[in-house]
Amino acid sequence: MNPRRTLAIFRKELLHIVRDPLSLGMALALPMLLLILFGYALSLDVDRIPLLIWDQDKTPQSRALLDRFRGSRLFAVQGDIDSYRPAELGLDRGDVLAVLVVPIDFGHKLAAGQQTPVQMLLDGSDSNTASIALGYARAMVAGYSSEVRTEYQVRNGAGELKPPVDPQLRVMFNNELKSKNYIVPGLIAVILMMIGAMLTSLSIAREWENGTMEELLSTPVRPAELALGKLGAYFVLGFVDMVTAVLAGVFVFGVPLRGSLPLLFVSGFTFLFGALSWGLLLSAITRNQLLAFQMGLISSFLPSFLLSGFIYSIDNMPLLPQVISYVVPARYFVALLKGIFLKATGLQILWMELLFLATYAVIVFALLTRKLREKIA
Amino acid sequence: MQRETAVRIEHLTKRFGAFTAASDVTLDVAQGEIFGFLGPNGAGKSTTIRILCGLLAPTSGRAVVSGFDVAKEPEKVKASIGYMSQKFSLYDDLTVEENLEFFAGVYGVPADRRAARMQYALDMAELADERTRLTRLLAGGWKQRLALGCAILHEPPVIFLDEPTSGVDPVARRAFWDLINDLSHQGKTVFVTTHYMEEAEYCNRIALMYKGKVIALGTPAALREQLRSDELPEPTMEDVFVRYIEQEDAKA
Repeated sequence: MNPRRTLAIFRKELLHIVRDPLSLGMALALPMLLLILFGYALSLDVDRIPLLIWDQDKTPQSRALLDRFRGSRLFAVQGDIDSYRPAELGLDRGDVLAVLVVPIDFGHKLAAGQQTPVQMLLDGSDSNTASIALGYARAMVAGYSSEVRTEYQVRNGAGELKPPVDPQLRVMFNNELKSKNYIVPGLIAVILMMIGAMLTSLSIAREWENGTMEELLSTPVRPAELALGKLGAYFVLGFVDMVTAVLAGVFVFGVPLRGSLPLLFVSGFTFLFGALSWGLLLSAITRNQLLAFQMGLISSFLPSFLLSGFIYSIDNMPLLPQVISYVVPARYFVALLKGIFLKATGLQILWMELLFLATYAVIVFALLTRKLREKIA
Repeated sequence: MQRETAVRIEHLTKRFGAFTAASDVTLDVAQGEIFGFLGPNGAGKSTTIRILCGLLAPTSGRAVVSGFDVAKEPEKVKASIGYMSQKFSLYDDLTVEENLEFFAGVYGVPADRRAARMQYALDMAELADERTRLTRLLAGGWKQRLALGCAILHEPPVIFLDEPTSGVDPVARRAFWDLINDLSHQGKTVFVTTHYMEEAEYCNRIALMYKGKVIALGTPAALREQLRSDELPEPTMEDVFVRYIEQEDAKA
């Protein structure tokens, strides 16, 4: 390892980056674009479900039930109807997700102490949202139902009978259950993986295409020096992106950063080192900019998006993707990010994830230097 | 005075699958010599030069450059050679000066020699007034001289030039050969490939390569002399080349 040669490569690569405003702009704008796109648009929170109401009964009892829906932020009542025609139309068009129908003898039956149904029509084409809406509606009706029962018991002299089991629920780490609180930290992993692999994927292939690689190979530069010099330059860019993403996460999206900042950056650097090495490795293997770029994009974006646990829980996946996810480095970084941001967990719990990241980085870097050691044909 | 051997090639063979790019090449080049490799495209000139620069591993045989075996001590070989490939391998998005700084860095030119060496290269390439210009904007002849300047920053005793004059206008080509002559006078060994017959005359010695084999070796004058006859009182280099190729094809 010769520091002067490594530095020469590093400085040259920085010049390439600065002299190519298009790539530089992409490298700096892409994280912001992704953050805005996913941070704002990709909200998995289900609330303000558009709802139509048909109150056939129009009694104090039916109004009491419906007021629960009208007053909730989980539902947004779009209007009152008096036939099934507008209900069908609304569901067909997708203007509303649900229709609640209270039958004509609702109040009468309740007053008589009889059981009475209410009807809920749901658009099941988005099954996830529909089942969440169903859960909300069940809970609201059940709440009203137990209130009515208690009233009935009191009126009949039985005294107030509380439900025998009272669940005491406390949501830890993300107590408002906001999806952005786990999307934004996970997004940092996706951004760094994409940026890392895409930027570097051009770097060595460009040298092959322009013939400068042959020149470099005839100089005393060693593979590790070439790799480290290039990594260093792109590391600067990746570091800027990481700081941008963390700052935006905390100050724009209001995601709590409860854990250790040093640990966050150490794991970020380790992850970045692996991601950058991966891009360089693809570039060294393909020796073709277009191919390397495409492979870099697909191999970084898809696994880190789908198999990292960033949005889709790995535990809920079939066995095969679960097994594959073990070799996706973003999986470990997402776990670290969520742990550090939301749970304030430290190394005593997350050391394994960090170790995996470091192992990945070392393996890819070793493969890279081995590939660069190869002769030209 | 017995001059030292700068490049020694012994029974060098390089095969790519079934194709033999260089076949049993044996020759010596003395220190300070301008040695020309002539031959049509695909004759194996570049392949041989790449082996000598440590870019390709030979299939069999041995090559010693500046006292170091290219297969066993490639790092030492690389520190003592300058190589200029067919494409003038410069970074287009860097300025003239930045290219020189970069190569000074990777060749490990000592800090106290750096400024002087860069100035030498700029003067040699007549680019002193263009030092802050982007390499992309340079004309072909300038790029070629800058590429040579980059390759000799570390004062290598042996310089390999692979088709250095292709794609350059005749005036620039002539000027480039003057540079090669200067280097030779400084005691550098220059190993150059070309397919321009007239350039053979500028070399001290030449090897004709054809289908991977060296089919003739000697000074340009001696090779021409061998061919002199009543029908051909003033044979040109081209005549020499055609004759040897015909002989070679007749053997096959």
